[in-house]
Amino acid sequence: MNTPLNKLPIQAVINGEPKMFLAAPGQILADVLRDELELIGTKIGCNTGDCGACSVLVNDRLVCSCLVLAAEVEGQSVQTIEGIADGAVLHPVQQKLLEHGGLQCGICTPGVVVAAKALLDSNPNPTEEQARYWLAGNLCRCTGYDKIIHAVLDAAKVIREGAAS
Amino acid sequence: MNAKQEFRVIGTRPIRPDGLDKVTGRARYGSDLNMQGQIYGHIVRSPHAHAVIKSIDCSKALAMEGVLAVMTGADLAEPGNTVLGSGEGAIALKDLIPMVMSQGKVLFHAQAIAAVAATTSALAAEAAAAIEVVYEVLPVVTNCRDALADDAPILHGDRFPDGKPKEPTNLAAHITMQVGEPDAAFEKADVIVERTYSVPMCHQGYIEPHACVAQVDAADRVELWCSTQGHFTVRQYTAGVTGIGLGKIRVTPSEIGGGFGGKTTVYLEPIAVLLAKKSGRPVKMVMDRGDVFRATGPAPGAETRVKLGATKDGRLVAADVDCLMDSGAYNGNPAGIPAFMATACYKFSDARSTGRSVYTNKPKIHAYRAPSMPQVTLAFELVMNEMAAELKIDPLEFRLINAVEEGDVNMMGAPYKRIGLRECLEAARSHPHYQSAVAEGTGRGIAAGYWINAGGQSSATLNVSADGHVALLTGSPDIGGSRASMALMAAEVLGIPIETIHPQVVATDAVGYCDVTGGSRTTLATGQAVIQAADELVAELCRRAALDWNVPESDVEWSEGAAHHGEQSLSFEDFASRANGMGGPLTVSSSLNSTSASPGFGVHLCDAEVDKETGRTTITRYTVVQDAGKAIHPAYVEGQMQGGAAQGIGWALNEEYVYNDQGVLENPGFLDYRIPVASDLPFIDTVIVEVPNPLHPVGVKGVGEVPIVPPMPAVAQAVFDSAAIRVMNLPLSPAKVVAAIVEDT
Repeated sequence: MNTPLNKLPIQAVINGEPKMFLAAPGQILADVLRDELELIGTKIGCNTGDCGACSVLVNDRLVCSCLVLAAEVEGQSVQTIEGIADGAVLHPVQQKLLEHGGLQCGICTPGVVVAAKALLDSNPNPTEEQARYWLAGNLCRCTGYDKIIHAVLDAAKVIREGAAS
Repeated sequence: MNAKQEFRVIGTRPIRPDGLDKVTGRARYGSDLNMQGQIYGHIVRSPHAHAVIKSIDCSKALAMEGVLAVMTGADLAEPGNTVLGSGEGAIALKDLIPMVMSQGKVLFHAQAIAAVAATTSALAAEAAAAIEVVYEVLPVVTNCRDALADDAPILHGDRFPDGKPKEPTNLAAHITMQVGEPDAAFEKADVIVERTYSVPMCHQGYIEPHACVAQVDAADRVELWCSTQGHFTVRQYTAGVTGIGLGKIRVTPSEIGGGFGGKTTVYLEPIAVLLAKKSGRPVKMVMDRGDVFRATGPAPGAETRVKLGATKDGRLVAADVDCLMDSGAYNGNPAGIPAFMATACYKFSDARSTGRSVYTNKPKIHAYRAPSMPQVTLAFELVMNEMAAELKIDPLEFRLINAVEEGDVNMMGAPYKRIGLRECLEAARSHPHYQSAVAEGTGRGIAAGYWINAGGQSSATLNVSADGHVALLTGSPDIGGSRASMALMAAEVLGIPIETIHPQVVATDAVGYCDVTGGSRTTLATGQAVIQAADELVAELCRRAALDWNVPESDVEWSEGAAHHGEQSLSFEDFASRANGMGGPLTVSSSLNSTSASPGFGVHLCDAEVDKETGRTTITRYTVVQDAGKAIHPAYVEGQMQGGAAQGIGWALNEEYVYNDQGVLENPGFLDYRIPVASDLPFIDTVIVEVPNPLHPVGVKGVGEVPIVPPMPAVAQAVFDSAAIRVMNLPLSPAKVVAAIVEDT
């Protein structure tokens, strides 16, 4: 008999805020973010780590939150799409996606933003090829990726110019 | 307003109104709403692809603590011969209901058999496993050719599209269209090319799985939230499937995470509604990705034979097309498109086209972006290329010689109005891509494509607030940026800043009826309703100004967002702030049934390089040329062109439903059903051709579907030329390409 009410208390830093929540032992991080913490920006497209819609950063490392157990983030820092903008100031990737029209239905967009941020954090000057391979884990069925890649490369430029000034 | 007019904001690229919510994660999709007190539904699915259900025993599941309701197909309406209508054509309840839940017979693997609702999703899954179903298993047929064999298992014993035969068959539909005398006309041809190409069943592959939440109160009033391309259609279908009155159902559309035709029907919604009704609690249901692949309507696989005849000077004299399509387990009506539209790009006085569809033990097919057109176009355009090569005529030139233009008549009998195929072909010919030399080892494919495009019923409401902002309400789910184009069209007519217009897609009871977002109709038809509403609002403001100034209404002019008469003027904001004293609230609703649709045409250029050792294809350059009539928001028109091209590239190279001999889908996930990823594609160049649609107030033609039509033949041709092979069945997977290379050497 499954005992779904048997939950563990987990403490983690979510988008910079210390949080405590309950998670069943087998519960994935994506479900806890969405159902317990109401962070619905993390999307679930496959639950098997194939689509990247649930991308989040755990200790600045890009992961699919459907492949991480909630209990695994005990004591860790988690950054979701809700924590990418600085208050009302969008991250350059968010801003450039808007300017280029790099989203249509938008379901992949949170994952793309999180993944692209992770790329630009580690490499603010990616080639087109590097950007394409880095984002190869984020499925988009609407755009053909053209405007997404343009947006990411443009955002990289903004970040480099910001760092230089 | 007419198509030749200069525009103030139409054709610009403002940031879409819903963009901020989408890049910050605030936008709410199908599974993002939770209702107070909600419980969770789970579906029992058939482990067999063909079976008779002997019994269903839900007693053990119902006895479990926390299980609040169960249902089976017996709880759904009796289909009879009822036919429901929608924007993408009518659907018979007997073809709709079994895609929601079986009512006695199982015709495909993972078909829904029963459902349960429980207080947690884990408990609902556990309870579903406790439902005992006894099946009598029947032989399976998953291939169209096998399904037409004399000894094939018969899926339906009571459907006779060609009149009642002695023995029932699996033929679902058979349609032939003919003009002139094609058999005689082939005699006049100097060159005849005949080929048969096939493509597999594939899936729309939207990233958001189906999801909904439903609540039913004691008076049977239904609140339904779901991800859909048409919430009015969800209302209609849910009423038809559940037997609950249409007027009691209110559907609120969530943001939609892709659909491409696949979300123009219902799967979970009627089940959630009935479980909610039985349990007295809101019921949430989210489909598993595997079940999206296994049990929702994919695009039909098809085998298409095309025979073309042409004279030495490059004139097509006859066509004969025969397309066999896989309908899946129920009638998805795929056969009409090839019959009516296969020859639509070219002038023919003698042509015949046949479409047939066949029942197989697979999910009933459903609309996927220009449904059926890519499959038949694959064969048609590859034969066009082969014919051009035989005639030693440039393939674009060959198409220009034969391209349809205004006044030409296709199989459907109505003359074309002002279409843009010729302009697209000319733009492709002069494009740097076509002018460039083909690189060593690379192949270049070109293909044209047609889609009919729909008009249909749409409504829009404009509510003006006291500060001059406008709420723009429509009932057309925004799947690719249509709220931006609605706002642009309203801003154009009203002459006010786009930032002051707030477009929303609202519930079934908050705006007039709208057909589905499908058929490339939203910007055209809902846009037309928006323009009509804005025109009426301007007329009302001019009336109010005339009254205020005591001048004839006909002397008042509207320009630059203000009413003018001589030196006098009243701005939009003036009217808004003074509405109370000038006749009351400013609100306009407008509805129409648009007959303004115009066919769309596109031409694609593809360069591809095949790695001869591994068979892997790299698309090295890709250009999409398409007539948009008038691009309201060019970035989202380009987005449609690029996205459709990417889907077609995926279908050409990778995408394929793989069934085993038991009728079980072997690749029901994104790992093995491989859609293109960012590293698979180059930048996709776009050329928007604008040949205004004379029937539309701002010249719009539908753009969403055309771009998936040409890619398969364009890519295949490039692969064939690069590897010096010809493969008759797609996808051109590395293994298949390597096998063809080995065979050739």
